[in-house]
Amino acid sequence: MIWIFLPILILLSALAFVAGGRLSTRRAQASGLKAHSRPVQHGLYAMIWVGVPALVILLLAGIFSGPVAYHALAAGAPAEVNALETFKREAFFDDARRVGQGQQPQQIWLAPLSEQLVVEGHRSAQVRQTLTTGAAIAALVAAVMGGLFVALQIKPALRARNRVEGWIGGLLFACSAVAILTTVGIVFSLVFDSLRFFQSVPVTEFLFGLKWSPQIAIRADQVGSSGAFGAVPLFAGTFLIMIIAMCVAAPVGLFSAIYLSEYASRTSRAVVKPVLEILAGVPTVVYGFFAALTVGPAFRVFFNTIGSWLVGGPLDGVGQYLMLVQNQMALVAGAVMGIMLIPFVSSLSDDIINSVPQSLRDGSYAMGATKSETVKRVLLPAALPGISGALLLAMSRAIGETMIVTMAAGLAAKLTLNPLDTVTTVTVQIVTLLTGDQEFDSPKTLAAFGLGLTLFLVTLVLNIVAQKIVQTYREQYD
Amino acid sequence: MTDATHDARAGRLQAGLKARYAREGRFKLYGVLAVCIAVGFLLLLLGRIVTQGYTAFYAHEITLPVYMDPARIDRAYPQGTNFELLVAEQQLARYGIKDDARGTRATAMRGLFSSELKFRAAALIRENPALIGQTVTIAAPAADESDLFYKGEISIETPADQRRLSDEQIGWLNRLKADGAVRTHFNGALFTNGDSTEPELAGVLGAVIGSALMLLVTACIAIPIGVGAAVYLEEFSARNRLTDLIEVNINNLAAVPSIVYGLLGVAVFINWAHLPRSSPLVGGLVLGLMALPTIIIATRSSLKAVPPSIREAALAMGASRTQTVFQHVLPLAMPGVMTGTIISMAHALGETAPLLLIGMVSFVPGIPHALNEPTGALPSLVYIWENASERAFHERTAAAIMVLLAFMIVMNAAAIVLRRRFERRW
Repeated sequence: MIWIFLPILILLSALAFVAGGRLSTRRAQASGLKAHSRPVQHGLYAMIWVGVPALVILLLAGIFSGPVAYHALAAGAPAEVNALETFKREAFFDDARRVGQGQQPQQIWLAPLSEQLVVEGHRSAQVRQTLTTGAAIAALVAAVMGGLFVALQIKPALRARNRVEGWIGGLLFACSAVAILTTVGIVFSLVFDSLRFFQSVPVTEFLFGLKWSPQIAIRADQVGSSGAFGAVPLFAGTFLIMIIAMCVAAPVGLFSAIYLSEYASRTSRAVVKPVLEILAGVPTVVYGFFAALTVGPAFRVFFNTIGSWLVGGPLDGVGQYLMLVQNQMALVAGAVMGIMLIPFVSSLSDDIINSVPQSLRDGSYAMGATKSETVKRVLLPAALPGISGALLLAMSRAIGETMIVTMAAGLAAKLTLNPLDTVTTVTVQIVTLLTGDQEFDSPKTLAAFGLGLTLFLVTLVLNIVAQKIVQTYREQYD
Repeated sequence: MTDATHDARAGRLQAGLKARYAREGRFKLYGVLAVCIAVGFLLLLLGRIVTQGYTAFYAHEITLPVYMDPARIDRAYPQGTNFELLVAEQQLARYGIKDDARGTRATAMRGLFSSELKFRAAALIRENPALIGQTVTIAAPAADESDLFYKGEISIETPADQRRLSDEQIGWLNRLKADGAVRTHFNGALFTNGDSTEPELAGVLGAVIGSALMLLVTACIAIPIGVGAAVYLEEFSARNRLTDLIEVNINNLAAVPSIVYGLLGVAVFINWAHLPRSSPLVGGLVLGLMALPTIIIATRSSLKAVPPSIREAALAMGASRTQTVFQHVLPLAMPGVMTGTIISMAHALGETAPLLLIGMVSFVPGIPHALNEPTGALPSLVYIWENASERAFHERTAAAIMVLLAFMIVMNAAAIVLRRRFERRW
């Protein structure tokens, strides 16, 4: 709601820009001196002092008003509400906010709560009103103070340009600091919730446990869902699918890169490159759809047919097994993920092969080697570190890929290396754990953050190693 | 060296040459095969999506005469009337079929039309109450299963327990068609409706607008911050520990799995900042953070491509560093920046995993209006429809994918045109 004041602020800043410019010209004329900076720069300086402090206040208010309002509400809430579980309490305050804004609550609350909902809604509206007005007044005061400050400062000798440029430099630095902030945010959010998870489930059980069944009994007398958080089956499933994907992507990607960089004519390059770019641009959810509705059924029919031939023969057992193969198997997800990774591997390897100096090729040809011998004996050994870096990056992608496995790999956590079985992966479990009904205190949802942290660390290590390899390789030939 | 040994060596080489050329041919063949596999899969992928989805672009409509029975319609509250049952019973009577006491046949007949029939009939009565007691012809979409039957995707030959339509219903559908009551038309509902639980009424408009709102937020966040960061790193920063750290950071962020950004969104934007779940605001913020590293990297490489002579010339004329960058270097790098930005926006448009985590898997009917309301998005709509049990959603999923791909193709084509027209080689 506080953003309503944004246009007012923009208007004020624009006014400050015009007024600052005029003021500087007038003062320069009055004093008969030549101004150090141009009127535009004075105007910008005025605009910064009017706009920025107020904008900072609005931003802070926008970011923190949610949590502050929530804490203010929680602090003064009646005992019945505070007695609720965290999750329900949050839902209650959410509904209170809705009632306060004159909307319908999302849930039905029982007798004592339903009356308090109205009271709390009223209070919520009041708290928010106070916060909004407070922030708006603070922003207005800041803008006026800034304006006064600038009005006193503007004179011909003011080095407005240098100051404005200092502000711009600071702003640009702040932009690049967002990258660090994002990393900090990721690490913080993952570590914080993972620690809460590891309070209820020991790290050793999570990393080395062999059973994964995150369903936890809601009632004490419920049978059969004890909740086990051993993530080894997930790691095994992720690894299996990653291996299958790399078996598809590495040879196909590498050979197409070799073909494109060494054999292809200009015209065929001009056709194939964009095709690979399209393949790289297809969203993963589309690959998932393709895997689930085309590749999966096709593979099932294929294996079932082979099974039906084998049944009754010497390989009867294998036949029986193949007859029962389902749509969702590791092979389908892995194969489609491999297709997805082809352009990634190919474009990275293409770059790397191209950066091998031409003199190496020429030397090899001069000795009478054929093209393929040059590629195999000279180019590939020279490009090997770079290519292995590219493959590591592809692996990290395969591990972190979500949609294909969610749609095609299945949910059953099995400890198997059989590509025809259904397996589940770390990313699939994160999605399933976080897309159901959420309760933010149960180990079940917190487990998603534990998995996320593991995923983040593994991919981080792979990426850093790969980037180091690629970088040292590039420097070698620069 | 004697002639004999020379000849022997030449002979050996000659013999070896053939094998070497054969190996060369095989090696080249592997390359061609690899490229063919990649191209073949793209064609297969697109071909399958088109063949699965083109049927969603047309639909069938059934037009029926309806006697607005005054005994059944409440004048004061016409929308409360069970028009579907009314129509079904009249249709049964027209076919001369007797219903049993439980109304099984009427229910079966009713299943052939979309529930839209009810709303259209009620709207007619509300507009013109004088229609009560008269016979009106009303056109309503065929129900999803009837539509599939008319498209030839349900056949009478399938065993009855494997299809949702009974033999009797199929008979009625054939009769309706023979009577000329069925009309094929362009499926406009697919483009003008929001999501719905009934396939024949479900459309992508809500998701398209949700995605557009989300991309708006993403662009507002990622483009200024990304370009600013790239300009700082490329033009202003001294090389020191801090900038090295930032650089390593950006390279790593570019490779962090997208689902981790989803976890960040859940933990920070939803649980900590209490921003509304599954809103375009949160989605846009998450996608913005995700698109940031790609934009920074693209912008930096196009800034690098601007030759130093431009900077030196501007500095020599007395421009300050900031003036040089903003008045000369950045405008010259702009085509490259735009190209990189558009491509990363197209990528953000297709990203699904983080959206699932911030709650965009829930069913959201209607068209979104605001940044803080729950909405769907195109890729998450694809995911939701793919999981739906109704068969008619399968073709619509493929159609939604075509819409998504069309948007991405337009964006990428724009990027290519920009690159072709404005890129300068120095």
